[in-house]
Amino acid sequence: MPNVPTDPAPDLPVVARFEIRRRRYLDENGALMRPLPDSLAAPESITPLYRAMVLARTLDAKCVALNRQSRLGTYATAYGQEAVPIGVASAMRAGDVLVPSYRENAALIWRGVGIDEVLSYYAGSERGSDWAGPAHDFPTSITVGGHALHAAGAAYALQYRGEARAVACVFGDAATSKGDVYEAFNLAGVWRLPVVFVITNNRWAISTPLAKQTASETLAQKGLAAGIAVEQADGNDVVAVHEAVRIGLDRGRSGGGATLVEALTYRLADHNTADDARRYRDPAEVRAHEHAEPVGRVRRWLESVQAWSDARQAELEAACSAEVEAGVEKLFGAEPEPPSVIFDHLYAEPSAELARQRDAGLRAIAAEREAKRRG
Amino acid sequence: MAEVTLVKAVNLALARAMEEDPDVLVLGQDVGVNGGVFRATEGLLERFGERRVRDTPLAELLICGASVGMAAQGLKPVCEIQFAGFIYPALDQLANHASRLRTRTRGRMTCPLVLRTPAGGGIHAPEHHSESIEAFLAHVPGLKCVTPSTPERAYGLLLSAIRDPDPVVFLEPTRLYRLAKGPVEDDGRGLPLGRAFVEREGADVTLVSWGGAMWESRAAADRLEGEGAGVELIDAASITPFDEDTVLGSVRRTGRLVVVHEAPYTGGFGAEVAARVAERALDRLLAPVERVTGFDTVMPLPKLERDYLPGVERIAAALRRALASD
Ligand SMILES: Cc1ncc(C[n+]2csc(CCOP(=O)(O)OP(=O)(O)O)c2C)c(N)n1
Ligand SMILES: [Mg+2]
Repeated sequence: MPNVPTDPAPDLPVVARFEIRRRRYLDENGALMRPLPDSLAAPESITPLYRAMVLARTLDAKCVALNRQSRLGTYATAYGQEAVPIGVASAMRAGDVLVPSYRENAALIWRGVGIDEVLSYYAGSERGSDWAGPAHDFPTSITVGGHALHAAGAAYALQYRGEARAVACVFGDAATSKGDVYEAFNLAGVWRLPVVFVITNNRWAISTPLAKQTASETLAQKGLAAGIAVEQADGNDVVAVHEAVRIGLDRGRSGGGATLVEALTYRLADHNTADDARRYRDPAEVRAHEHAEPVGRVRRWLESVQAWSDARQAELEAACSAEVEAGVEKLFGAEPEPPSVIFDHLYAEPSAELARQRDAGLRAIAAEREAKRRG
Repeated sequence: MAEVTLVKAVNLALARAMEEDPDVLVLGQDVGVNGGVFRATEGLLERFGERRVRDTPLAELLICGASVGMAAQGLKPVCEIQFAGFIYPALDQLANHASRLRTRTRGRMTCPLVLRTPAGGGIHAPEHHSESIEAFLAHVPGLKCVTPSTPERAYGLLLSAIRDPDPVVFLEPTRLYRLAKGPVEDDGRGLPLGRAFVEREGADVTLVSWGGAMWESRAAADRLEGEGAGVELIDAASITPFDEDTVLGSVRRTGRLVVVHEAPYTGGFGAEVAARVAERALDRLLAPVERVTGFDTVMPLPKLERDYLPGVERIAAALRRALASD
């Protein structure tokens, strides 16, 4: 018989004990729950985060509208979750490496990727991923969790070169059900990698609620077995996300290893524009989460310290709309790409066969387009 | 020039690549202290240190996925999957990421990784240790897939694979690891990817093979030559990109083609070779194309694996059939 008790026996020694803590600064009413971290103590240091969240929300609303008009393909908003991408991006340095999923558009924009470049993917072309933002940042991962291992490998590249840089990788709650994500945690632990994994726990994966995803009490604890630092943050509190990620990145840059942050938020919107959440989700549940959303609480706090006004709000909303409109205009104003791009970025040097297919293919495509044009 | 085994040639190429480029590193299961289960990475840890010779946790998806991340940040990881039968989890990373990173970013990010794995049967290994997987890889645009059949080619092709700016899967025939011996000049010279090797010239029939099956193909060519037939033996070496020109050129001269591979028949890469010949050299064919392959079965365990692998008799018979019709 193996020497493993089936019942916990109080006389057996406890050999390990763990705890998960939740970080929170601003409650849903915008009241301070604990002193703000030094870097965000002044209202002027929080307004850029607030501005970026409002921009994200403006952009998302525009994209849903464009999708309804059939001008943009399937698009996933971050509505109600804006504190995660902005908390993460604002905690990063330019030299750090972002490894995003499809809900981090706002983080890309924070890091210098153009709105038109972000949207080009959803308009049906990768061209925007050759972007104006950091050349070392990864493109959006559509595969759920497929990018977690890239983050680990990228973190090793930084460690290999002895650089004081770190990686931030963001994925959803469902990604934590996947083996590759566990494998990434595990490698990050064994190799003490400079990486921060951020789980956007919005409690839903399309129609699958968290309860069907895992029996684990928290998602943060999934990092414990990998031996990495873990914590939960109020994912609707941009200060908490920012601070948790900042600490993790600092830890990574200074050789302290990897961190897992579970950002607890809620998906207020449909999964994406192709989804109808009314099929599977009680609207009452959504309503119950509305007040806790991340943008309003920051405004309430800013107002409480006399750092915000209706006039500034109106000014901000106008500015965000203008920025989004300009980005959208640039997107739709771009010259269409020739079909040759299908072939041109597969290899550094095309093989003879690929070159043959390109020539013959482009002629065939041109003929088909011409026939279609003539009706 | 020193005669070395194929596995030693792999080892020499790895050391040479690491010597000349500080961004090259090796990772995989047991590649460090143990030097790899076939000793392909023997001595590398002592020479290059743990930073560049990394034992990984036992997770194939991890090995490939982390390598994608490293490659995207400018390193040149040469990762090892211990046996080809365990590559399947890693196919996700190969097909969804390694092969598409360049396209997905329009060239902003590239993925210059090499994934090495011992492939093929014939060494009395347990189940899953004798698989031939090149057809899976051939169907992934954006990858290259190379398999050597001599020490010299192992050395030169691996160096080129490591220097290549795109992801390359390097299939090392386990059966030939110690069986194939030959001269290797450790001079750092690569052999071109995408180029087949005409191993011997002959006027009557073209015999195309690759990897471990080259061993029996050579013996069959010897046999037929003893019978007075001229066999042009071609080691395809690169599955993708495939050197069609060399094969078509030969078939146009001989009018006859036999393709030999260990992998199963249906959907095997031999079908691709036959199709190219049908499309582009049909008018020159004097006989139906012959394929000598593994069966469409599970790779048998060691007791019957020799019966599964295309043997000299089978290959010789196919060559005779091709030669008989006109
Ligand atoms: C590997 C993989 N499986 C399935 C899908 C289809 N899919 C896209 S998003 C999604 C749900 C993901 O949920 P979660 O990880 O919680 O992220 P969220 O969408 O909630 O941000 C699914 C199943 C996918 N993109 N990738
Ligand atoms: Mg989710």
